[in-house]
Formats: sequence, C-alpha cells, structure tokens
Amino acid sequence: MSTANTQKAHWERTRRLMIIHLTIWFIFSFVVHWFAPQLNKISFMYFPLGFYMAAQGSLVVFVVQLFLFAKQQEKIDRDCGMAEDE
Amino acid sequence: MSFFKPKGSFIDNLPRIYGLYTGGFVLFIALMAVLEQFGLGADTIGILFVAFTIFIYALIGWLSRTMQIDAYYVAGRQVPPVFNGMATGADWMSGASFVAMAGGIYMGGHAYLAFVVGWTGGYVLVGTLMAPYLRKFGCYTVPDFIGTRYGGNFARLCGVLVLVIASFTYVTAQINATGTIASRALQIPFEVGVWFGLLGILLCSMLGGMRAVTWTQVAQYIVLIIAYLVPVIWMSNKQGFGIIPQLVYGDAVARIGELEVLHQVGVLKPAAAVAGVSALTVKHAASGDSVISAIRFVTLVACMMLGTASLPHILMRYFTTPSVRDARRSVAWSLFFIFLLYFTAPALATFTKLQVLDPNLATSIIGKSIADVNALEWIQKWSNVGFLKIIDSNGDGILQINEFFMRGDIVVLATPEIAGLPYVISGLVAAGGMAAAMSTADGLLLAIANALSHDLYYKMIDPKADVRHRLIVARVLLVGIGAAGAVVASFRLTTILGAVAWAFDFAMSGLFFPLVLGVWWKRANRPGAIAGMLIGLGVGTWYLYMVRWGGMTPWLGIDHLRFGIIGAGASLIAMVAVSLMTKEPDAETQAMVDELRIPKGETILGSTH
Repeated sequence: MSTANTQKAHWERTRRLMIIHLTIWFIFSFVVHWFAPQLNKISFMYFPLGFYMAAQGSLVVFVVQLFLFAKQQEKIDRDCGMAEDE
Repeated sequence: MSFFKPKGSFIDNLPRIYGLYTGGFVLFIALMAVLEQFGLGADTIGILFVAFTIFIYALIGWLSRTMQIDAYYVAGRQVPPVFNGMATGADWMSGASFVAMAGGIYMGGHAYLAFVVGWTGGYVLVGTLMAPYLRKFGCYTVPDFIGTRYGGNFARLCGVLVLVIASFTYVTAQINATGTIASRALQIPFEVGVWFGLLGILLCSMLGGMRAVTWTQVAQYIVLIIAYLVPVIWMSNKQGFGIIPQLVYGDAVARIGELEVLHQVGVLKPAAAVAGVSALTVKHAASGDSVISAIRFVTLVACMMLGTASLPHILMRYFTTPSVRDARRSVAWSLFFIFLLYFTAPALATFTKLQVLDPNLATSIIGKSIADVNALEWIQKWSNVGFLKIIDSNGDGILQINEFFMRGDIVVLATPEIAGLPYVISGLVAAGGMAAAMSTADGLLLAIANALSHDLYYKMIDPKADVRHRLIVARVLLVGIGAAGAVVASFRLTTILGAVAWAFDFAMSGLFFPLVLGVWWKRANRPGAIAGMLIGLGVGTWYLYMVRWGGMTPWLGIDHLRFGIIGAGASLIAMVAVSLMTKEPDAETQAMVDELRIPKGETILGSTH
C-alpha cells in the first residue's frame, strides 16, 4: 500500500474511533441527565440513580473511556505504521 | 543542591523527589498536630501552613529558573504523562473548584452537579479532538496554532484577543480567591492579601516560565488533594461510613431525604432575603421535573465542556509532553487526578449537610435552641465576617431551616470546624485552597503573558528579537498582567464562580470551533476562522450584555452563565458559511493538516521557533 493510502486508512480509523467515543460521551454528558427525574426513581447502591450519575457515574465513564481511547488510538497508529518511535 | 542540573536524571528521579516531598508534607502536618496538642493556637497553625507551602513553591520556582526558550515556553517538552496529569489537575482545579464546588452542591443540590459533569467530561473533547494534534503541531501557545494553521497575523491576533479576554476574566477570580484565603489565614486585610497572593504566584512562574510552573503545579496538586480528601475521610469515618466514603454515601443521601421532610426543606421559605447569604430551600438529590430545568442542566454541562476544551492554559499543558502518545495518555491521567477531587465534592457536601441537619449527631444545629447554636465557636467566627446569619423570624427560640443563612463558599473551609476536627485540619484546608487558586492563577498568567510575548511581540512586532530579549519581554508582561489582575480583583466586581463560568463561555465562543475545525476540517480557511472567532466572541458578548444588564429575557433558560451556547453557535455557523464562500486553503496548508493528523515524524513548527 502506498503511503497516501495508509495515511488515508489511518485517518479513517482515527475518525471512526473519535465518533464512537464522542457518542458514548454524548450519552453520559447529556442523555442520561436529561432523564434524571425518571432515573431518580431507581435506587443504585442506595443512591437515587439520577443523582448518582451526575455525582459519580458519568465521571467514572469519562475516566475509563479516556484510558481506553489512548490505548485504542495507539493501536491504530502502530497498525498503520504511523506511531512515533519508542 | 544540584537538584535540577542533570536533566535526564532529574526526570528519572521525579517519583523519588515527589515521594520525598509528599513524605515531608505529611511530616509537617504531623508536627503541626503535635504542636497543637502542646497548645499552639489555631491562628498560628493557619499562618504556618500557608507560609510554609508558599515558601516551598517559591523554592521550586527559583530552582527551575531558565534562560532557554523551549524550557520557558513548553518546559523543554520532557514532562512525563503522569506528572503532567498532576500538573494539569492543579492548573485546572481552581479556587472555585476547591472552595466553592462542594458549597454549591450543598446549597443547589442536583442542578449544581452540572458543573461536576461539565468540568470532567470536557476532557473527553480535549483528548479526542485536540491535545494530541496540538502537540504534534509543536506550537508554544494556542494562537501560535491559529496563526500557523490559518496563516496571517490577523488570525493570530484574533486568537490572542479571545485568549486574553477569557483568561483575564478567569485570573481575576483566582487572584480574588488567593486574596480571600491569604487574608483569612494570615489575618491581613483583603486588599493586602491580594498583593501577597500575587507575589506568591509570580515567584513560582517568573524565573522559570512553564518549566517552573509545571514543577510547582505538581507540588500544589499533592497539597490540594491531601487537603481535600483528609477532612472528608475523617468525617465519614467518624460517622461510621468507612474510609472510602465516596462509594457508600448513598445511605447518607437517603438519610438527608428523610431529614428534608422532617425539617421541611423547600416548604419553609425565608421570611426575608438577606444579602450575600441564603437559606437552604433546595432538596439535595431531587432534580427539577420541568423541561426547562433539564435544558438548564444540559446547557450548563455543554458550556463547561466546550469551555474546557478551549481554555488555552489547559491546552498548553499538553504541549509539554515528550510525544503525541504521551499527550494522549496525559489527558487520561489528568482526568483521573481531577476525578479524585470531583467525585469527593458531592460526598463532602452530603456529609456536611448531615452534620448540620441530623438531630442524632452532636454537631447538628437545625432544631436546636438558638441560644445554644449562637454559643458555638464556628457560628460566631463566620457570623463575625458576615458569611453566616441566624434570624429567629418566628420568634420561638428554635432554629428552623429557613432561619439559618450562610454563604455556600464557606462549606469546605468551615467543615473541619463544623465537624469538630482539630485546628490542624483547618490549616491544611487553607493551604489546599491556596494551592488550588495559586496554581490556576499561575497557568492563566503564563498563558496570557506567553501569547502576548510570543505571538504579539515576537511574531508580529519584532520578529528579529533575540532569545534573551524575548524572555525579558515575557517576564515584564507577566508582572504587568499580574498587577493588572490584582487591581481588578481588589474591586471585587463579580463572585468567584460567576467570573469562572464567564471565562469558559468566552473561550468556547471564540476558540472552540476554530481549534477543532482546524484539525478536523481541511476546508476551514483563514476568512472562516477569523469570522468564527470574531462573530462568536461578538455575539456571545452581546448576549451576555443583554441578559445580564440589558433586561432581555433569556431564551430557553440560557442565562448569563450559559452565553457560550449562543456565542459558539454563532461561531460555528459563521465559520462554516464563510469558509465555504471563500477559496479553499492552498495545497501547502492542506498538506500541513495531513501531517498534523499522524503522530509520526517531526513537529510542524521547529523545536525553537
């Protein structure tokens, strides 16, 4: 494969990964909290779930997601030969 | 002490150095605790805590002094991801996060948690959309990216303009916070405290620029996180919730729900408003049922997130890592270190509220006789400074929920006293608040001074200036801007939190889309970016003016704290429309964007430029 093609493939995969992560981000930033009154009727570890998601749940998702993202993007970079030298 | 001389070994030794530092700080706390037993007064303990920590930061600042251009602007690009994460944590968590956030949750309940969600989730945008690409670019400042990607001095100037407006708004709030804490801890007038705080801030940054700020911020993070976690863990342990209170305070939330019924929270309204303080009228965990309250929640979240991803003092932290990969990892570490404080804040608010409301606890005051409550030391202390007020409006001699007024800001600072913890904890908390406010102020001042010295002075006014000259200009600007910030702060124009939210809104209005589209949309060009920055900033500022002072009714609950929604919206439309109406960027720029998107290879701008 020529460099231009690998570069294109690399960017395609990078973009797809970004979209996946921003979709998760969108759900836990906005959608979940939009339904807070409904979620509050559910109890999670004795917390009302809507409160829990804003105080802790979404935050945990963001942290885990960023470590995962770094790992996945590093793999994409390596696969396409676009990674920096160690 | 050849602490900083052999570069390689200094970086290799970082875990050891900061391990020793943390151990030393813990020893200092223990020493203070022992001295307290021997009768050392609360005031002296407070002074020692603040003075000792500032002395350490200044020492680190002095040891990190430099005359090298890349050390001054980007810490020599050798900060390992975990340490950069801690530095970003301190850079990020300001006086507002440390002092005001738990108090905001205490007073505002669920609605206020929008700040918690917004100030963490923004890092997902930083990590996926920006930080690695800006690191590959190799810029010294954020306008450096704007100026090179879009070309031309005018685009660069617009970038500088937005940066200065957003960061200056923010820095006055931080200097205000350092002044407040310094004046309380050192028992000096607020106006003097402001200048004292500024002196500490400048000692950290002036001699060593980004390098000095990086290593002091790591030290400040360690102090602030210990200071935040210790009182909460102590208090939860005392109340029988164990040593990881964040996981188990569901019970406490449920108990508050019962107590809210008992004390009629939200039913009893204060008889009359009292300026500067307020009574608790909002339920802790319940959220508003209306669509407008849902809109208000998500719009505030959106503003804080997009603002996070546009604030130059945060973005420039990721210019300091050794590689693109490390920049990405560092964003994850940053959020982890920030998370430690942010997921504790709601727990702190919950435990403190329980201390005050629960009649089964000795510390409770609601439902007690007013004469007894007024005899409490912390009530007297905070009433004296006007942060707390008790009015027996129904004249029955018993304190009801609507008769107890306080300023949310004091929750964190007063919690150790409310819970009856030793003075040493209050001193520790003061040092933590100082660390939080100083570290953010340092990052902000440096962002402004660097943009003015690098982008305005060197790139636009005198491109032939030599390194020595540039670094002197950078330092003079740093002192000048700091002084201007202190003058504005001493007028106390807005509350700390209001000013912070505005800074986010300004930043997102002018910078979010020009930065994101600069990487992700090749077709974005110079006229589009300029339109995006100026129209975004202009429309945002207009909307702020209209809803805050112009008497306009906010659209859909988008009030002055959320004006970035309007500004960034206008910025996006203007930028896309103008870009499409004008010529696409030349082949050279497009090739630069391609290059920007791959981690491999040299940075786009040279290592010294």
